[in-house]
Amino acid sequence: MALDINKVRQDFPNLAARGRDNMPLIYFDNAATTFKPCEVISRTHHHYCQRTSNIHRGVHYLSEEATAEYEASRDKVRRFINAKSLSEVIFTKGATESLNLLARSYGAHFLKPGDEVLLSTMEHHANIVPWQMIREETGCVLKVAPINDQGEIIVDEYRKLLSARTRIVSLVHVSNSLGTVNPVKALVKYAHAVGAVFILDSAQGISHEPVDVQDLGVDFCVFSGHKLFGPTGVGVLYGKEVLLESMPPYQGGGDMILSVTFEKTIYNRLPHKFEAGTPNVAGVIGLGASIDYVTRLGWEDIIAYKKDLCVYGTKLLEGIEGLRLVGTAANKAPVFSFTLANAHPHDVGTLLDREGIAIRTGHHCTQPVMKRFGIPATSRASLTFYNTREELDLFIAALRKVIKVFS
Amino acid sequence: MSIHSDELYQQVILEHNKRPRNFLQLDPCTHQAEGYNPLCGDHLNVYLRVSDQGMIEELSFLGDGCAISKASASMMTAALKGKTVEEAGQLFQEFRHLLTKELDPEKDPHSLGKLTVFSGIWKYPSRVKCAVLAWRTMKGALDQEKTIATE
Repeated sequence: MALDINKVRQDFPNLAARGRDNMPLIYFDNAATTFKPCEVISRTHHHYCQRTSNIHRGVHYLSEEATAEYEASRDKVRRFINAKSLSEVIFTKGATESLNLLARSYGAHFLKPGDEVLLSTMEHHANIVPWQMIREETGCVLKVAPINDQGEIIVDEYRKLLSARTRIVSLVHVSNSLGTVNPVKALVKYAHAVGAVFILDSAQGISHEPVDVQDLGVDFCVFSGHKLFGPTGVGVLYGKEVLLESMPPYQGGGDMILSVTFEKTIYNRLPHKFEAGTPNVAGVIGLGASIDYVTRLGWEDIIAYKKDLCVYGTKLLEGIEGLRLVGTAANKAPVFSFTLANAHPHDVGTLLDREGIAIRTGHHCTQPVMKRFGIPATSRASLTFYNTREELDLFIAALRKVIKVFS
Repeated sequence: MSIHSDELYQQVILEHNKRPRNFLQLDPCTHQAEGYNPLCGDHLNVYLRVSDQGMIEELSFLGDGCAISKASASMMTAALKGKTVEEAGQLFQEFRHLLTKELDPEKDPHSLGKLTVFSGIWKYPSRVKCAVLAWRTMKGALDQEKTIATE
């Protein structure tokens, strides 16, 4: 059954908002954050209106209800990514915090001088900087797998960089600036062959295709709620239980302990060991609602619909003279990064905004990608399943106007 | 509203973007600085030759950036040639106030001249730093700062 796009669009109230100067809005900035369906908004609203309380320690009704909903979201995440147990699902404030947790807790604890961490050119700064910080402390070495002109990891080069010294491989699932979908399963296999643990940064990937952590074989996987149609300020760290058990806590505080005396503190069991302090209760509940929503729509329809947008958009953009698409991988998400011969991305962004079209311009927190392609910045239109071919037509027409201004 | 009537991208700005004035490295020069806008990658150098009496005899710029930053740099070089260092500082102040709508070019006294084409920019807060980059770099050069980053 195909996606009922009119119904889907009605599920997202923000799509009906107006852009600058009261223009009808075309939202093409989904790689930055996604809109939220009504049920995410209403479940979050319900929590604040009817269930405001702290979780895990309360003996009163509201607290018990909120705890149940919070933990129900954990199970929704578990099922969504097919984790083996609830112990393997840690709530954080986002993909960035999840990566920092891994660098700090796993990296700082296990890396020795000369040990290698393998990243790729297309990593988001959030998967670069935490490792550089840990490098300062541990003396580990960062290696970078190169990408080709299409924006794909060069698998042969990647394999050459793997060795017995490689302890951690941390790679992006879907590139936010290029749209490239990486062949995760194969990359994991090669990493495991040298005994490295594999971290998957699925900040973009989680809304693009099913992530089955057991099937992919990843050791850790991170993502944010807000790029999966959920609230901001909530994210997930998945980790294999045996690895999470081996890691020291990331932060100390309430909820992550079983008992505290000044002589000795006993840490709580997983997953609570990594959830110090009052978490983003409403955010976690909202994330559960967004997972319900995506699950109900169904991956098959979402994938087919987005594939069509990707093919259609690519064809239209390729027909524009002077436009260079940056990121043309064989397997990619509907993320269109481009440069124009005579117009700087910032000017393109401002002029499209005048037409009610929201895109992103700049380096997209992937400066090594910009360097690789020899450009300071790109304009990026990133689409998801509530966007349409009609919106792409309007976008192209507006783009042609922009080109005229700078001709 | 069509793109052509956009008050931000007026013809004079587009023209300066396409054919920037004083777009070269000034050699010799007495002052220079490098300006960088990390958000969009705008990157330029400003060069000045200031006389012993404190007069800006020559100034120029070189670099890459969006139309707003390039046109602003170009128009700045045209506006400041022959001005004293003190006058340049005053004009920078007026220009900054224009961008943030603290100066109304219709009502308030000013000596901005053609630079008032940038008055529409206050509606685009994310673009103010593009227009101000060359000016901040110029000021930095006069104040002996070597690198200026906006953000």
